[in-house]
Amino acid sequence: MITTPTTLTESAEPSAPPPTRTPTQGPARRRRLGHPGEPYAFIAPTAVLMLVLMIVPIVLVIGYSFMDNVITKKNPEFVGVENFVEVLTDGVFATALGNTLFFTIVSVVAHLLLGLGFSMLLNSPLISRASRAVFRVIYILPWLFTAAVIAVLWRMLLNPNGVVNYLLSSDVEWLSSPSLALGAVTFINIWAGYPFFMISLLAGLQGIPADLYEAATVDGANGWQRFRNVTLPQLRPIIISMTLLDLIWTSQQFALIWMTTGGGPIHVTEMLSTFTYKLAFSRYEFALASTSAVIILLLSMVLAFFYVRHQRARD
Amino acid sequence: MTTSTSTSTSSITTAGSRARQRMTMKVLVLLGLLAGAAFAGFPVLWMLASSFKSNTEIFEYPPRLVTESFSFDAYVTILTDPEKVRFFVNSYVVSLSVTALTLVVAILAAYAFSRFEFRFKRPLNMIIVSVQAVPPITLLIPYFGLMVTLGLYNTYPGLILTYMVFTLPYAIIMMTGYFNTLPRELDEAVRVDGAGSMTALWRILVPISVPGIVSVGVYTFMIAWNEYLFALTLTKTQDMRTVPIGIQLLMGQHSYEWNEMMAMSILGSVPVLILFLFFQRYFIGGLTSGSVKS
Repeated sequence: MITTPTTLTESAEPSAPPPTRTPTQGPARRRRLGHPGEPYAFIAPTAVLMLVLMIVPIVLVIGYSFMDNVITKKNPEFVGVENFVEVLTDGVFATALGNTLFFTIVSVVAHLLLGLGFSMLLNSPLISRASRAVFRVIYILPWLFTAAVIAVLWRMLLNPNGVVNYLLSSDVEWLSSPSLALGAVTFINIWAGYPFFMISLLAGLQGIPADLYEAATVDGANGWQRFRNVTLPQLRPIIISMTLLDLIWTSQQFALIWMTTGGGPIHVTEMLSTFTYKLAFSRYEFALASTSAVIILLLSMVLAFFYVRHQRARD
Repeated sequence: MTTSTSTSTSSITTAGSRARQRMTMKVLVLLGLLAGAAFAGFPVLWMLASSFKSNTEIFEYPPRLVTESFSFDAYVTILTDPEKVRFFVNSYVVSLSVTALTLVVAILAAYAFSRFEFRFKRPLNMIIVSVQAVPPITLLIPYFGLMVTLGLYNTYPGLILTYMVFTLPYAIIMMTGYFNTLPRELDEAVRVDGAGSMTALWRILVPISVPGIVSVGVYTFMIAWNEYLFALTLTKTQDMRTVPIGIQLLMGQHSYEWNEMMAMSILGSVPVLILFLFFQRYFIGGLTSGSVKS
């Protein structure tokens, strides 16, 4: 470290503050400031809320899933894994699982591609700041509307007499045709969900140091090579986080499906969420619904595991 | 000599083709931007236009963006119907309460996470991060049972408490991220001078965190305003319904009043749109610093 006089004098300057700071840091200072119990007081409201709103309900729902029926029945009895067998062998459950997989994977891939494409267009140095700001607001719009609004809006646009059919010179019933409905709700979800990806990726793009691109250009990299070797690796952590979060959210989508197709026609747009909801609130089979909800929880926890691990690795 | 002239001419031609290439790129970028804007904006524009049409003109052929019968009738109908105005009142009461409570609880927790070392910090932190992955439908069934048992079914407190389980984790993560960007010396100086942590937090940290608090507040309000599943299940009577359910109820009526549904959708989106437009700078910054960099 101490090689030449120049580095010595240089390092003497910045290292001056630490010695004066050290006495106040560490255990000595911690003892002086407040009681050891202090952080717990700050955390207490959160801890209580999380216990009541999270831990207790999860314990309850797991308990429900082993009962013959709950909420509607006064004295439910323990039935072991009977409910799990019944739900897992239900043909509609399998359909719902397949639909949820299709809906989720297609949506997330499209969200990523659209989000990446739009954020790169918005980040282009070739356009003025003002037009960039206007386009950004337009691109974020779909995300600002609630699922109820998006559902009504697209039901109007996709109406057999609606403007989409006019523009495509077609006359199909997008949301009530067994062969088109799943694709249609997936498309609506793509429209509604890409902006969150876009905002995060735009922030990521703006954080990439310009000299990385300059260095790549000096090395003779063309546009595609710069994208592959600079942009993508730099965005990688954001892409992984956002993809995992989006997989979690999209696989849980309920409102949009419920208000556009309700899971129909003949279960072609049935998702795990609508399947579970119907078990509980149409058939009042709260125990079976709880079982289905626990299965969904387990599936989500797999994604959550990867998400938490990834977030930790980045810290 | 020969080599130097050849390189200079080739550099001139590359400069010319570079400029042309740049021009082509600019046109392509603009075309891409316009195509994207049509994809994102056209449905919204159509919604706005339809809210000013008469109901018969909504599906007229060929469709037109603006029709002769341009009117505010649909808006007037909704705003003069006490039943529908009630949906808005409910949504405001619930969303504003959720936002205020979430902010207070999250600021306290974020302060602890940002400034203290304590046992259970990591597991608690992990719980808060993983709460984002708990499917709402999993919580719905026990909540329904709990709310009925506790007498909170079909009440404001029932909805407000419920929404906090979704708003709180984001708020804590975003707020902790924000506090972490502020130098510790700021609040620690006050504490060294003998003031309590509470004073340091509310007198020093909170006032300079306004941009962060605003972005967390806007996001919290958005989540609460747009919530659908629990509003549908944990309320029963018409006078407790929120805006998203109101829109759905309008949709469920026998004759489809499309212009009214579009007007209700626009009115129901106005609070979020206004918040977003006014605070987008804070908002986007806060959102990304919390969600991306945390």
